[in-house]
Amino acid sequence: MGKFLIRRTLLGLLTLFLVSVVVFVATQALPGNAARAILGRDATPQRLAALTEQLHLNRSVFDQYTHWLSGILTGNLGTSAATQEPVSQLLSGRILDSAFLVLVAAVIAIPLSIGFGVWMAMRRDKAVDVVGSTISLIFAALPEFVIGIILALVFATQVFHVLPAVSLIPPGDHAWQHPNVVILPAATLILAVTPYISRIMRGSMIEVLESDYVTMARLKGLPERTVIWRHAVPNAIVPAIQVSALQLAWMAGGVVVVEFVFSYPGVGAALVDAVGNRDVPTVQALVLIIAAVYVVLNVLADLATIMVTPRLRTAGQ
Amino acid sequence: MSATSVVDVKALRIVLTESGADIVDEIGITVLAGHVLGLVGESGSGKTTVGMALMGYCRPGGKVSGGEVVIDGSDLAGMRDAELRKLRGGVVAYVPQDPGTALNPALRIGTQLSETLEAHGRLGESEREQRLRETLEEVALPPEPEFRRRYPHQLSGGQQQRVAIAMAFACRPHVIVCDEPTTGLDVTTQARVLETVKALCAIHEVAAVYVSHDLAVVAELADRVAVMYAGRIVESGTRDQLFSAPRHPYTRRLLRAVPDLAGKRAVVGIPGRAPQPGHRPAGCFFEPRCALAEDRCREAFPPVSELGAGHAVRCYRAADTAGALAPDGASAPPATKVGDPVLTIESLDARYGSKPTLFDIQLRVGREECVALVGESGSGKTTLARCVAGLHKEYTGDIRLGDTVLAHSARRRTTDARRQIQYVFQNPYASLNPRRTVGQTIARQLQLFFPGARRDVGRRVVECLERVSLPETAINRFPDQLSGGERQRVAIARALAAEPAVLVCDEVTSALDVSVQAAIIDLLRDLRGQMGLSILFITHNLALIRTIADRVCVMTGGRIVETGAVTGVFDSPAAEYTRQLLANTPSIEAALGHVAVRAD
Amino acid sequence: MTTDVAIAPAAPVPAPTVLRQHQWLQTLRAALRLSRTKIGLAIVTVMVLIALIGPLVSPHTPTEFVGAPNAGPSSQALFGTDTLGRDVFSRFLHGGLSVFGLALAATAVGVVLGVFIGLTAAYAGGAVDEVLMRTADVFLAFPQIVFALLLVSALGPKVWLIIVTVGITHAPRVARVMRGAALQVVERDFVKAAEAVGEKRTRILFTELLPNVSSPLMVEIGLRLTYSIGLVAGISFLGLGLQPPHADWGLMINENRLDLTIQPWSVLLPVLAIALLTVGTNLVTDGIARAAIGIDRE
Repeated sequence: MGKFLIRRTLLGLLTLFLVSVVVFVATQALPGNAARAILGRDATPQRLAALTEQLHLNRSVFDQYTHWLSGILTGNLGTSAATQEPVSQLLSGRILDSAFLVLVAAVIAIPLSIGFGVWMAMRRDKAVDVVGSTISLIFAALPEFVIGIILALVFATQVFHVLPAVSLIPPGDHAWQHPNVVILPAATLILAVTPYISRIMRGSMIEVLESDYVTMARLKGLPERTVIWRHAVPNAIVPAIQVSALQLAWMAGGVVVVEFVFSYPGVGAALVDAVGNRDVPTVQALVLIIAAVYVVLNVLADLATIMVTPRLRTAGQ
Repeated sequence: MSATSVVDVKALRIVLTESGADIVDEIGITVLAGHVLGLVGESGSGKTTVGMALMGYCRPGGKVSGGEVVIDGSDLAGMRDAELRKLRGGVVAYVPQDPGTALNPALRIGTQLSETLEAHGRLGESEREQRLRETLEEVALPPEPEFRRRYPHQLSGGQQQRVAIAMAFACRPHVIVCDEPTTGLDVTTQARVLETVKALCAIHEVAAVYVSHDLAVVAELADRVAVMYAGRIVESGTRDQLFSAPRHPYTRRLLRAVPDLAGKRAVVGIPGRAPQPGHRPAGCFFEPRCALAEDRCREAFPPVSELGAGHAVRCYRAADTAGALAPDGASAPPATKVGDPVLTIESLDARYGSKPTLFDIQLRVGREECVALVGESGSGKTTLARCVAGLHKEYTGDIRLGDTVLAHSARRRTTDARRQIQYVFQNPYASLNPRRTVGQTIARQLQLFFPGARRDVGRRVVECLERVSLPETAINRFPDQLSGGERQRVAIARALAAEPAVLVCDEVTSALDVSVQAAIIDLLRDLRGQMGLSILFITHNLALIRTIADRVCVMTGGRIVETGAVTGVFDSPAAEYTRQLLANTPSIEAALGHVAVRAD
Repeated sequence: MTTDVAIAPAAPVPAPTVLRQHQWLQTLRAALRLSRTKIGLAIVTVMVLIALIGPLVSPHTPTEFVGAPNAGPSSQALFGTDTLGRDVFSRFLHGGLSVFGLALAATAVGVVLGVFIGLTAAYAGGAVDEVLMRTADVFLAFPQIVFALLLVSALGPKVWLIIVTVGITHAPRVARVMRGAALQVVERDFVKAAEAVGEKRTRILFTELLPNVSSPLMVEIGLRLTYSIGLVAGISFLGLGLQPPHADWGLMINENRLDLTIQPWSVLLPVLAIALLTVGTNLVTDGIARAAIGIDRE
């Protein structure tokens, strides 16, 4: 297992490296005058000069890349083209707020959806299952910004005026100091993610309940409780764990739209702002961070899969 | 030995929940303590359904609709869930067909063993530990706790099955239901597992019901035998009665279809198919395929006739089937004059990745000769066959077709070389493209190898089908509309459409019922003569070799340990491994203590 | 010679229908028998009709001013006016075309690319598989919308860019699924049989592999279309897709959401439209998935 971990981590690092290349090429290495292309209509001579200076566009592409990458690796995320402040300063608070949001959503969504999945599987084809599956289907289809707007419509404006439609946090404070503002964004993420996990859990539970070893457990005369919790669930939960980790990774990107809907001061909203402002250094840094989180969570997902599958865990023994 | 029947089944009827069509009906079974009942039948006969009913269990889709199952004096029909749970595992235990899937991959085998004892808990903790050790020793597995910490995937197939047997016997049940537990095991392992089961049943005075399609195994194990056909028991009696003097026409034909290890009897198949639930006629179900059928056989299913001494049969013509099976002529395939070598393999060493799998293989197949390649799983026989077909290219050494050395990969061989060597796969359910009709599959083969004759294709496809006794209507069928035997015929027809010199048959009958297997063997024998084919016949079934092969190569661990004429090798094996293989192969004749058996 | 054949005489084998030839057609027919597919199809048809025919029957143009900003429903404006005073209903009728059209194009790009990559990787195996999948991993590291934003930051909001980025980010996801499905087929004996007789590789890909993965393919197409609609509308919602004064459902939601409390219709109509469209496509996809399972089990 240790060997696998090393191999997987190296692969992850390689992927990250290639990701940085893609990020760089997509923003700076395009043919033509990059600065002019980026600024477009906003290209005043001063801004052109400033951007050229910032991105070192007068040097060779390779130089630019190495300069940028070495900066990232030493913690210097560049200077924002919009505010002229160091990007790392802009983002540090926001990263924590986004992380808090995702954590809250994950901690609620994962156990909830696994529970739902098991419940629906055990009541297969009965009312609970049919209604639950249909609702899952609907929420799985809806784009997350639609879910967010509908939640805002219902709870913050038209129907109930209970929750804030906009997540206003005084500057300097953090999200956990104002839990009210986290509720709707977290609920949006939870509703977006739960259908996938619970559906996989349900499907896997149904398959496991039809398996030979569960039949065998029943033929041994074991109490039904033992059959479900000792025999069925440990096997059924494996795909659900994989999907949970992947959904967690998805949330790294899902925050972008959700934060924008509620003006939640996290990295997602920052990214949308930066793109709007053509603030390339900030965009580069943010995309790299989000992609890195994604890659790390994927490696953890693989690891988790191995841990819960004895066949893979003991390979080689 | 007690004379009370532990298992008493009367008029059991199980139907499909949806349609109400009967799966099995009028089932009557009695088993005494310490006795083994062999429940024999081909696929679809309902034998597994009956076996499971003894545990009060029906597979989803079926339900018990009549009759009674009495175990140890209690009728299962009246039992509530809690009582059934106490019965299962505690009074009636089950040994599954495939321990690989029946053991939970996420739990250590120690857990799976001890939970049975806990569930039927009459023992304290130290007593449970003691019982576990005893049981493990009885099945020849290490009793130490370290072994029990393993997961199922860390055990071999044979070890897994022993764990399953230990799980079954741990609670000292009164009845054991074994559902073809040696399917998929090597002959040697199978022999040991059967010994274990037999010994344990005797020691603990367990009544055993052994469900199987393998008549030879049943002959070695059972005291009494019941033969099932299309959901009914058509004949039952002691082992000697059933195997030496069978009275039901189906039983008689079935015995003729089982290959004889001693080679004294030819195999004959049974034409037609058994009727499925819902499509069973009003009269005797076997009537459409029976040579002795009369008008009254079509009117009503024959009632049970007692023939005395516990031998019962359901046939109107039972009086005319008395007497041993009639003698037969030679069983060996007609001796052919062996021609020049068509296929030569010289000094072949093969690997799989970095692992060497074949060592120094020398083999020669002459014109119109059938060479059998026999070995257990892992012996390398399939790898060798794939090398010959060009599907496995990691090897050194030469494979020659006539005088020309062949390229390792089929893609690199000449079209003619590819045409001359044709491969028939083991699994008829996987070797045909499910999205193409039979006609399209064969036509494609003709197109590939005879591109000139475009206009003729329709006629030639019909010819190919006729060769394997398939009617013209098969052309528009898809593979999933055909039976296993029919699909295998299509696969053979496809291979022969190319008019090859060499036919490589890779376990082509392993997935088929005995009666169907016999028919396919017949077909191959006839075609060999008609088309001047050389056949490389790969199998693990020794008895089967007698029916078709001229020479045999015995393989183990990637090497050929013995090669020679079939009669020579089987009658006086030179290699120790061959001797063991022959000794461990179950055979009806050996079980009955007969040396020579005459056949219908 | 004995025979085990019973095709002609007694066997109850159903007569083959021509449609059996194409499994995907058979799956679609089975899917259409399910009520969920019918409902989904009805919803999608209605929404697509609105998108296509809307512009032709709209009472006003999407850009003309018909009243005071954020006014309620009136005789001039069925659902009131938006934040600039334009007719909400007219803008709504014009706004579906861009969403649906772009989503369709992006799906096509993504699926074609993804199928090709996935099948090739599964069949070729070895180094080709490794390289293709590692490259796919790199693109998979970007959440779809993040990748789109990345390119927009450099190239600006352009219509073709939306199609390209959404399509490119679909491709590795589709490739993964199709590769998984194809791997199961590649090992089956009939593919080996084709190789043994020396069929060309491209031919095997199209005639042996592809027809046997038609079920997961159809499900993927449905899923990708559903996600495309969400992504395309989402990008416009962020203000980084279609630009004002263009009428687009996603853009409309963004433009009017600050006035949610005063004039809900300007947000509600496009939100409901997108919701219905995606739910519809997902119902159809689910119907196909269930039909496929039923058929594969036979």
